Amino acid sequence: MNIHIKNGRLIDPRNQIDARCDIYIAGNLIAATGDAPAGFIAQEVIDAAGLIVSPGLIDLAARLREPGYEYMATLESEMQAAVAGGITSLACPPDTDPPLDEPGLVEMLKHRAKNLHQARLYPVAALTTSLKGLELTEMAELVDAGCVAFSQADAPLTDTRVLYRAMQYAATFGYSVWLRPQDSFLARDGVAHDGEVATRCGLPAIPVCAETIALSTMLTLARETGVKLHVCRLSSAAGVEMVREAKQQGVAVSCDVSMNHVHLSDRDIGFFDPNCRLTPPLRSLRDRAALRAGLLDGTIDAICSNHAPVDEDAKQLPFAQAESGATGLELLLPLLLKWAQQDNLSVSDALSRATVRPAQILGLDAGHLSVGAVADLCIFDPDEYWTVEPAALKSQGKNTPFTGMEVQGRVRFTLVDGKIVYRG
Amino acid sequence: MKNPQLNKHGELHHLLTTEGLPVRIMRDILDRAASFLDVAEGREIKKVPLLHGKSVFNVFFENSTRTRTTFEIAAKRLSADVVNLNIGSSSTSKGETLLDTIDNLCAMHADMFVVRHSQSGAAHLIARHVAPEIHVINAGDGRHAHPTQALLDMFTIRHYKQEFHNLRVAIVGDVLHSRVARSQIHALTTLGVPEVRVIAPKTLLPTQVENLGVRVYHDMVEGLRDVDVVLMLRLQNERMQGAALPSGQEYFKNYGLTEEKLAYARPDAIVMHPGPMNRGIEIDSRVADGAQSVILSQVTFGIAVRMAVMSTLAGSKQ
Repeated sequence: MNIHIKNGRLIDPRNQIDARCDIYIAGNLIAATGDAPAGFIAQEVIDAAGLIVSPGLIDLAARLREPGYEYMATLESEMQAAVAGGITSLACPPDTDPPLDEPGLVEMLKHRAKNLHQARLYPVAALTTSLKGLELTEMAELVDAGCVAFSQADAPLTDTRVLYRAMQYAATFGYSVWLRPQDSFLARDGVAHDGEVATRCGLPAIPVCAETIALSTMLTLARETGVKLHVCRLSSAAGVEMVREAKQQGVAVSCDVSMNHVHLSDRDIGFFDPNCRLTPPLRSLRDRAALRAGLLDGTIDAICSNHAPVDEDAKQLPFAQAESGATGLELLLPLLLKWAQQDNLSVSDALSRATVRPAQILGLDAGHLSVGAVADLCIFDPDEYWTVEPAALKSQGKNTPFTGMEVQGRVRFTLVDGKIVYRG
Repeated sequence: MKNPQLNKHGELHHLLTTEGLPVRIMRDILDRAASFLDVAEGREIKKVPLLHGKSVFNVFFENSTRTRTTFEIAAKRLSADVVNLNIGSSSTSKGETLLDTIDNLCAMHADMFVVRHSQSGAAHLIARHVAPEIHVINAGDGRHAHPTQALLDMFTIRHYKQEFHNLRVAIVGDVLHSRVARSQIHALTTLGVPEVRVIAPKTLLPTQVENLGVRVYHDMVEGLRDVDVVLMLRLQNERMQGAALPSGQEYFKNYGLTEEKLAYARPDAIVMHPGPMNRGIEIDSRVADGAQSVILSQVTFGIAVRMAVMSTLAGSKQ
């Protein structure tokens, strides 16, 4: 099908375009921008006057809860939520039940996702069997099955020799290793940042050194092995500084932050709000400022939703017992725009952190609107204000710390592979 | 942020923590407790009918004999019907959630819950959940708060020292894991105590505890010098397993309250402890049973203070 999107403001961070410009889609590809190609006949015309036409968002961390946790969410519900949020590609961590540690599971997920004809799914496979941190998974087989990287998700890998070997092996074949830095001993039983709020509330705490010690280990081993390391969900100022130094020294490291940590701090826990029970824990305002500064100067490459739907009952518990996580797919775009507005950043610069940059981390030729590129697009109204109401979210997970907050930016159309998969 | 303890008239509806508790409410409770103390001491019949016809449910998800008993006595002296539930050993082990348990008790027409739970924030969760006419009293939640203990401590201090604005108070021991210490610190600073000290090794102090308005000491002699009130904390045995301390003996040597160490405090200093005491670990028997100890008065006053809290809540408008 041919689609003509007219009168929109085209923003393509990779090609540094931010202009009023029509775009023409033929089949699954972008056929032209500006003037129509010769003989182009559109079967559908989208009038995007007042709207922004952007590459579809790419989310580096979205838990879809399949297989194993279907009571929390299903592929169907979360894929709908993704496209409703303008997300056209997403990477899912391996902490399902069973974990994504064998090719059959990865193939099954990819196949199920493909049949839904919504967002593209890029599974991140387990680095070690059952995420136990003892034996390596069959990495080549998993890559053949369609996984894009290897990770421990939030499971600890305490044996540094196993980590060293895993990185060496992955480096042999050029595979990426994605790790969230957290020392499991220092973080044991902890549920909040070790600071004033945890002290006041009497919550078991996770100190910043739990992040920096683990980060130091993985950066040292990355330097040693030459593996492509992606640091997931950085949470502290000290962590940002370490990644900044490592990048200056030429270590092949990239890094992301969750949108929650760009906007919230431990103060938002207030009177034990279980919606702020998140992994990693929300840290201090000073840490939040450093994360934002790291995003601005490129130390942190990408913002992800860190979407983790949980069922309502699991949140109706005292803070430390409440399940960690929040829904996020439908809030990624508004929270990017909010960040841009607060830090006086162009919309294009903000969008780059959820389009072209994560595409590079995933090793994909995606996240841009070049002629000939696959037509994955997000068309949104940047001026529509709306209030976050859990019941109105498509995600099966209804818990978010942003409940009741007014946000800006509403998705009107999402296109994947040249097809309109969402109309808002 | 809305104070979850107060109703829209600014009256106390739940008692969850001493943090952010307005000083006028705190003083009202202490004054009211003083009048109940007169009732208890001066009359043949100790009961007053303030909670007549009301049902008070003591819901203890964590074992406690003394706190539960003093709440029970307080409620009975206010003529309430009292139901005691030790949930620790029944419902939750059958898989029922905290709020399921509370819903069931609400269906039995509870008017007031007195709740103890091992998790910080449990009382806040329950207060958010119950119908607006129901009152919740936090009888201890995890490491977070134990407001009636702190209020009875304030009552005891006022009883012996009359005023707060000229006092030095030292809190000694495991502040990190102590809900009592947190509630005491908020209550003392709210009532205008100019100098609150905490004395403990670094492993038993939470991060940035000084931001709660206290001075930090690691040495007992320095910390106790010239104080008017010594508030001892209980040391749990499991601290030795968590690598927070080498041994009970070593703790006693450094932080146990002995007559020698107490001599650095003012001669008229009083010694308090929330109980149950570990003699020979945090406190020497000669101090615990000595002339400066007011530990048993705390228990007596605890009933009057809990009567004051319950009747204050019951008297708030809906």
